[in-house]
Amino acid sequence: MSDTQASKLKVEEPLVPIFVMGKRYEIPASLTIQKALEYAGYQLVRGVGCRGGICGACGTVYRVPGDHSIKVGLACQTVVERDMRIAVIPFFPVNRKVYNIRDVHPGPEIFAQFYPEIMRCMGCNTCTKSCPMDINTMEYISAAIRGDIEKAANLSFDCVMCGLCTARCPGELAQYHIGILARRVYGRYIAPKATHVREMVGRVMQGRYEDGLRRLMATPIEELKPIYTKREIEPELSKDEWAPKSAENL
Amino acid sequence: MGYPPELKKLIQNVERTRPERIAAKKAAREFRAMTLDERNEMLHHHPDYREEGRRELIAGPSKGYRIAHEYCEILEAYSRYNPEDIDLNTVHYTTDVLVIGGGGAGTAAALLAEEQGAKVLIATKLRHGDANTMMAEGGIQAATKVGKDSPYFHYLDVLGGGHFVNDPELAYTLVTEAPDIIAWLEDLGCMLSKYPDGRLKTMHGGGTCRKRMHYAADITGAEIMRTIREEARNRPDSISVLEFSPAVDLILNEHGHCEGAVLFNLETHEYLIVRAKATVIATGGSGRLHIQGFMCTNHYGATGDGLTIAYRAGIPVRFLHSIQYHPTGAVFPEQAEGLLITEKVRGAGAHVLNIDGLQFVYEREPRDIEAAAIIRECTIVGKGVPTPTGKFGVWLDSPMIEILSGAGTVRREFPGKYILFKRYGIEIDKEPMLIYPTLHYQNGGLAYDNKGRTSIPGLFVGGEVGGGVHGENRLMGNSLLDVMVFGRIAGKSAASYALTEYKTGRLQLDHVRRYNRELEAAGIPPSKMAPMILPDYSNPAVRKRQLTTDYHGTLRE
Repeated sequence: MSDTQASKLKVEEPLVPIFVMGKRYEIPASLTIQKALEYAGYQLVRGVGCRGGICGACGTVYRVPGDHSIKVGLACQTVVERDMRIAVIPFFPVNRKVYNIRDVHPGPEIFAQFYPEIMRCMGCNTCTKSCPMDINTMEYISAAIRGDIEKAANLSFDCVMCGLCTARCPGELAQYHIGILARRVYGRYIAPKATHVREMVGRVMQGRYEDGLRRLMATPIEELKPIYTKREIEPELSKDEWAPKSAENL
Repeated sequence: MGYPPELKKLIQNVERTRPERIAAKKAAREFRAMTLDERNEMLHHHPDYREEGRRELIAGPSKGYRIAHEYCEILEAYSRYNPEDIDLNTVHYTTDVLVIGGGGAGTAAALLAEEQGAKVLIATKLRHGDANTMMAEGGIQAATKVGKDSPYFHYLDVLGGGHFVNDPELAYTLVTEAPDIIAWLEDLGCMLSKYPDGRLKTMHGGGTCRKRMHYAADITGAEIMRTIREEARNRPDSISVLEFSPAVDLILNEHGHCEGAVLFNLETHEYLIVRAKATVIATGGSGRLHIQGFMCTNHYGATGDGLTIAYRAGIPVRFLHSIQYHPTGAVFPEQAEGLLITEKVRGAGAHVLNIDGLQFVYEREPRDIEAAAIIRECTIVGKGVPTPTGKFGVWLDSPMIEILSGAGTVRREFPGKYILFKRYGIEIDKEPMLIYPTLHYQNGGLAYDNKGRTSIPGLFVGGEVGGGVHGENRLMGNSLLDVMVFGRIAGKSAASYALTEYKTGRLQLDHVRRYNRELEAAGIPPSKMAPMILPDYSNPAVRKRQLTTDYHGTLRE
């Protein structure tokens, strides 16, 4: 059986009722919301993507009887519960600033400058409660308000940009766009530079490896195999500073 | 939730052998890696070697080539529409460069084409960024560590992993462009994992001789994809995006040059014409074809559409006889089935163990070898761990990483998987994961050269849809690299072609008519149509009651 062919599940599995946008369907209890929709007869175009919990296409809100609170999850990751009332939110319109990453000034004012509405945050914490990735959204927004780019970048790192925070924010913030702004500014301007990468780019451009590579490319397979087998392997537990015995072809 | 009692009991075997295995690891006493001869022997247990899994193509430019039945089905299929019904005089979109596919390769292509001065239109099947790139977890290879690594050693690893049959020019381009890709990503603001002094953290992957896998925690692909997507969105005057608009055919002009494509609006079901001076196919892979019934790690849209439309236009396929099964797909719990467990878990030292808690394979063999060894252990040897739903798997001993690299490492290095399994009641820093090989990557694909060119002027290829760079088996961390390197090259070449070499002509779909006729002559039944666009996950019981519904291929219309 392939992973998503929900319909091929064993029929003896117990069925539970779920309510898709208010309408009742009986679904095998082990399915995710996404597979439950397919089992019910939907062919999904919107609200489906990677089916692996990372693309953010299938942000979903639901409630269960006897509980006043709105729950959230990714449809591809959340297993159905008896009597749950679900609505997948495949898209939510949002304010996004167009900017050129090369020209921005990476200072603490950047968030208020690009997204002045950030000051409307009233600290209600609904964004955090709306995050299917368990990100402390309000904390990174607070960091952004204070101009702490690094903290906002790190705290928002696991964001899948599903937009559920934005859909529920009474201050009408686009949290996830503020998050990626923080990460890109941090990544480009604030994180220490990897100078070794530029050094290697320079060496490649100077043609330092050209002869060795061209020689390998012209080597018949049977002669290539022993070269491959004898190449020195960096030990698994070595430190980054490890160096091979021979400096040849480095 | 969590492991049922019978599996908990079997986990005790893993825990019993763990102290001794850790001691061996710390003393650098590894399970013996296979020799090349032993690898060859082991490969007979790989699904690629099952002759009943494949057949010869009977039509098109690669006629006679033996590949998986599922590939033959999408290559030997009629157009989704009647070409006579298409009016090519009514053009709905005009652009310099059309990029088909909005994943990593497509977006990189768009950025580079734009930088050459071209207007770009990205047409993508689902949302911009809905792609396998988003799902790549482990990392991106590049020889950036001066003094211990170089493109020379990267090249050797690429060839060794690919059974030495890779296209040398493509492999050369991959490894020599790699360092610049990392620099580019850093400049775009990608948050790659670093030491405090700025040096990038790197680790091993299966088949690497140097630690050259760069990563962004365990969501490397997502970090790259969302960053380059953001960059494309920041150039709205010259890069437009059409979502939910898969291409269903290429348009050639009277000179036989590619000059655009026919798109299908997935929501309104209209067919729309794009006229473009150059076209890039960056449609990605095909895991959702579920070759040989395997579960898969791929994105919902990975149905090989680009293979179909280019093959029909005359582009041959190569290396498509080899498919990558990722050794470690989740096989428990049922809801997570097929889900990728990054190779980084093995790179960090986690052992692969059978039902007795014993090692049967070195954990860092190349992917095809590792997968074959696991399949063999579960089938021929019979030492697999049975799951509650009647499947088999082997243990991946993630708690070892906590002991080897310190408490909290699993949570810090694999936050995505940690959260996910925790939702299912399994704490992977304390309990091992149950895994089995899962369909992961299309090693082969369309024939193209090191400039992204195909045999059709005006048609360029980048990323997983192309074949040759990885030979018969791709190493971990070389797919993100592939989409970045060859996506950028395809975009650059396409823009340069559009702005200097392009020669306009009357738009035609004669190649589609011709191919439809060839299929008819070969006796292919008219019900077969492609591109597939979306996989068929319909419920047969529901379908039986849909008395007035038309399914056009797998699509309900």
